[in-house]
Amino acid sequence: MAKSALLGSSLAKKYWMALTGLFLSIFLVVHLAGNLVLLGGQAMAEDFNAYAEFMTTFPLIKIASYLLYASILFHAIDGILLTIQNRKARPVKYHYENPSANSGWASRNMAFLGTVMLLFIVGHMATFWWRMKFGEMPIDAVGQKDLYTVVATYFTTASTAWLHVLLYVVAMIAIGFHLWHGFQSAFQTMGVNHPKYTPVIKKVGYVFSVVIPALFAVIPIYMFITQ
Amino acid sequence: MNLTLKVWRQNGPDDKGHMEIYPVKDINPDMSFLEMMDVLNEELISEGKDPIAFDHDCREGICGMCSMFINGEPHGPERRTTTCQLHMRSFKDGDTIVVEPWRSAAFPVIKDLAVDRAAFDRIQQAGGYVSVNTSGNTIDANAIPVPKQNADKAFNAATCIGCGACVAACKNSSAMLFVSAKVSQYALLPQGKVEAKERVRKMVNQMDLEGFGNCTNTGACEAECPVGISLENIARMNREYLSASLSSAE
Ligand code: HEM
Ligand code: SF4
Ligand code: FES
Repeated sequence: MAKSALLGSSLAKKYWMALTGLFLSIFLVVHLAGNLVLLGGQAMAEDFNAYAEFMTTFPLIKIASYLLYASILFHAIDGILLTIQNRKARPVKYHYENPSANSGWASRNMAFLGTVMLLFIVGHMATFWWRMKFGEMPIDAVGQKDLYTVVATYFTTASTAWLHVLLYVVAMIAIGFHLWHGFQSAFQTMGVNHPKYTPVIKKVGYVFSVVIPALFAVIPIYMFITQ
Repeated sequence: MNLTLKVWRQNGPDDKGHMEIYPVKDINPDMSFLEMMDVLNEELISEGKDPIAFDHDCREGICGMCSMFINGEPHGPERRTTTCQLHMRSFKDGDTIVVEPWRSAAFPVIKDLAVDRAAFDRIQQAGGYVSVNTSGNTIDANAIPVPKQNADKAFNAATCIGCGACVAACKNSSAMLFVSAKVSQYALLPQGKVEAKERVRKMVNQMDLEGFGNCTNTGACEAECPVGISLENIARMNREYLSASLSSAE
């Protein structure tokens, strides 16, 4: 019977969703810390490039980054599988529904938000990650790959820079809503629901889901305005 | 009160079904929703038409039979209320009220508003019991001390009336609130602990086989449950299942 209790069952799919989701949340913090160096402008360009170089070459980070790629893939595929199953569980829809009476918008739109994020992640990686790893890169004054200039060009001097900034901000809003529900949801999924700790987890999740995407979004907006 | 009802009519499991509009007149606001349906059915019968099939039994909020999805919510707009305990004073004169059956692949429509909830029975039969010795030397349940806190939580979980409103409300047709209530009610008590690991695995497995969806923690079930079964129970089931699956030899 329990051939796949830790892989195929409904609850197993949810555990993996929660674990990969929380891992991706931690990654967001690390990623943000590096991005914030961009706010230092041209003066800190070499520091940013050094950080980018370190992140693409240091062996331990490399292992973590493979774990990260796997997590994104797993989270997205698992999320899509769950969503398909959930749709199949109600083949005939209601004529009239009043869902806002009993649940929040973000909680009902995790798959939609996730799809927006997935499209963004693909584009984002094609723009920066792919180029950094495999593409033609400018070289900075100390001979490092000049990711700073690539980013600055993308968000300030490129002819569609405004669109790049706009799409970035939209994606951050999607991440914000995804985490508004997802952060606390992951704890509930893993069985953590406690009168003392759950209210704290919820508050931390709400702050996290607003502050982290907002700080991400501030960077291209700031670069665009101060170009 | 004068009202317009839009009711799902479906002649049998294989009929396609459709919404039908019925005006109802002179309804007493102190009638229950089911009594209002009775009035409509009397009229239909006197006109020689087929009355609307719906489930009901106790009409006092304890049996869980009165499944109706009313104006976009199971059991209608009031909290902690079954359809039989919903009164027409919750609506306004002139309102249009939409009445539909529970919608879930695991709850097929039998006729009109009546659905087959045997899937819940099969989940219960898969593990929702304790094996006790009944051969004459039965041990008094009260002889085993139970912490008050656990007794209260087990009792609260045991108040689940198996109505299926959680499934009806959930955008995923997930049955996890129901299953978690049944898992919790035993897992919290010493008599239930003996078979706890096997129980949670069997019940979750049966739940999956029945074709219910997966929980997204939207909380719609908890909000719509007529007896207030809490999401805390789903977390407990998730814990129980995780530890049971990790520690099993299979
Ligand atoms: C930075 C990226 C992401 C982070 C930090 C993240 C985080 C999370 C977290 C914490 C949860 C809650 C898990 C739970 O309820 O137990 C979640 C759920 C979900 N995520 Fe993501 N996610 C990300 C990207 C994506 C992507 C790209 C998709 C694409 C399909 C996606 C689809 C979903 C879905 C469908 C759910 C709900 C699953 C369910 O409970 O039914 N996520 N996510
Ligand atoms: S958990 Fe609540 S809504 Fe679900 S079957 Fe039990 S009583 Fe009904
Ligand atoms: S008829 Fe028994 S609960 Fe409504």
